[in-house]
Amino acid sequence: MSTRVWVPRDAGALALGAEATARRLRAEARATGADIELRRNGSRGLYWLEPLVEVEGAAGRIAYGPVTEREVPDLLAAGMLQGAAHPLRIGPIEQHPWLATQQRLTFSRVGRIDPLDLGAWRAEGGGRGLARALELGPEATVNEVVESGLRGRGGAAFPTGIKWQTVQRQPPGQRYIACNADEGDSGTYSDRMLMEGDPFALIEGMAIAGIAVGATRGFVYLRVEYPHAFEVLGAAIAAARAAGLLGADLLGSGRSFDIELRLGAGAYICGEETSMLESLEGRRGEVRVRPPLPAEKGLFGAPTVVNNVITLATVPGILAGGAAAYREFGQARSRGTLPLQLAGNIRRGGLVERAFGLTVRELLEVYGGGSASGRPIRAVQIGGPLGAYLPASQFDTPLEYESLAAIGAMLGHGGVVAFDDTVDMLEMARYAMEFCAHESCGKCTPCRVGSVRGAEALDRIGRGEDRDRQIALVEELCDTMLQASLCGLGGMAPYPVLSAMKHFPEDFRRRGAGH
Amino acid sequence: MSGANAPAGPVDESRILAIVERHRHRDGPLLEILHEVQGALGCVPAAAVPVIARALNLSRAEVHGVVTFYHHFRSAPPGRRVLRLCRAESCQAAGSRALERHLTGRLGIGLGETTADGRITLEAVYCLGLCACSPAAMLDQEVHGRLTPDRLDALLDAGAKVKA
Repeated sequence: MSTRVWVPRDAGALALGAEATARRLRAEARATGADIELRRNGSRGLYWLEPLVEVEGAAGRIAYGPVTEREVPDLLAAGMLQGAAHPLRIGPIEQHPWLATQQRLTFSRVGRIDPLDLGAWRAEGGGRGLARALELGPEATVNEVVESGLRGRGGAAFPTGIKWQTVQRQPPGQRYIACNADEGDSGTYSDRMLMEGDPFALIEGMAIAGIAVGATRGFVYLRVEYPHAFEVLGAAIAAARAAGLLGADLLGSGRSFDIELRLGAGAYICGEETSMLESLEGRRGEVRVRPPLPAEKGLFGAPTVVNNVITLATVPGILAGGAAAYREFGQARSRGTLPLQLAGNIRRGGLVERAFGLTVRELLEVYGGGSASGRPIRAVQIGGPLGAYLPASQFDTPLEYESLAAIGAMLGHGGVVAFDDTVDMLEMARYAMEFCAHESCGKCTPCRVGSVRGAEALDRIGRGEDRDRQIALVEELCDTMLQASLCGLGGMAPYPVLSAMKHFPEDFRRRGAGH
Repeated sequence: MSGANAPAGPVDESRILAIVERHRHRDGPLLEILHEVQGALGCVPAAAVPVIARALNLSRAEVHGVVTFYHHFRSAPPGRRVLRLCRAESCQAAGSRALERHLTGRLGIGLGETTADGRITLEAVYCLGLCACSPAAMLDQEVHGRLTPDRLDALLDAGAKVKA
């Protein structure tokens, strides 16, 4: 009987050599007459151990990692296929403390199944949420989402159920579900992992949203930087159609819903919802003035639900298990779980899905294991390039919406980027302005011009020219951008700049001769 | 995806019109069309703009405006290989600024430029979603994480041998 061996095909694992590992495993098994069945999964998100190879046996799945191509012959000789000891043996992966202490609801299947195996997906609870939504009907389905307390995981944290209700109550006519898969924030990769590791969860979530608000068509707007996700999600949509999970007669209910996968073209601003709608319509991704809200007048002028990948992929579990069970997780107005993503200069980077409330320090130390360089962590940026920088004195802040807002920070899409004490915060502040200038859609002046002037002023501060006046100028520019920008790009780019200046003033005063 | 043999001057109009026809039924088809044109020709040549505009009943300015808005679309074919280095925060925290200096020094070109022999185009990218294995880059369609100057050199050298 053949031994089943799992090697991830997640882009992060591929970036660390998983494809070569898989090829070598196949070749060496053939050469040594070992009978293996090589299967591909998503990543479990323990990236410091990727490529993580798992051998399925009577005692569950035994992991080895990181397994580069070079290690394969030695591992096979040591008896990896029988789960034997080896310096790279991690042990039963589900019992690994890094995973066992997590609360994986949205990511329950990611890394465990072949992403395109519908049978395995069903066996692990896939499809139950959609079946329940069809049973409940639109009103009760929306109520479940409202009751669950789910807030948008893309960054804005707007209550998902309320958004759905708004669309549901529009006058009859065409409606759309638009999935925002333009995950452009540095330090975030949960959308990518989910689309590559459990694409049917997203498809099911979109179908539920379609039933709930009466939309028969959905779009996924996926960033062009994610070719692997494009391939997996495209294949999953085709498979779902063939299996009746999409199409004219959803699971035999007579209801219809289908999804079209669209590619972005390398514009960060298209992660902003109205800019994304413009882009989906084939235009420049310039933001729209609100109101009207997309829920009233969105894609092609029709009422549209715009939700992030993780938000939509969380919905099936809420429907299947009930809103009350989901609400049990989390605290205050942050209910459920959040897939946090550890990135940057971190020893154990990866995906940590837990109920809201873990502190920054717990995340960095217990899960992250400190910096990769071994030096002290001096700053973290939370929530992408528009998120604030936190100094070590704020690391006891809980990772939930209100606690972060109280210190002028934001959770965003849940990315946490660690920097050690070699970071130059003036350079990071300048980069924030440079990035905003690079990605500005140009529609409003505070963002288009303010970001360029901000970068220039920070350059002068770096050279020690007219420093106090330039610092005052940056503060003034930031205030204008905060108050007067049309969307979150110009409106939030000041957060990393101002937080860097506030918490790390020494970095802005140490260079050059001027005062 | 290689654009090495892409035409520099006039374009094959019928080829572009065939691509337009394949996507015409879609709602808001322009980005899909531009993606396929770039996939076929290695870029969206300026000469393709009026052809697409006419076929979709748009103005040339509208199509040109879309092509130039998006960083992904290029108006000239790239080198035989395209190396996209991530410049975003997570990769900076893990040493991408040093990688950028190493690459521009070794290749003698800046970001957004192509070597004189047409062998390689160096581009900036802002996040590949590989932030747990920063610093990251993409060589053509292949992703690479935890890069060091030595590993980058090895990748470029291996590529050079294959192509030689």
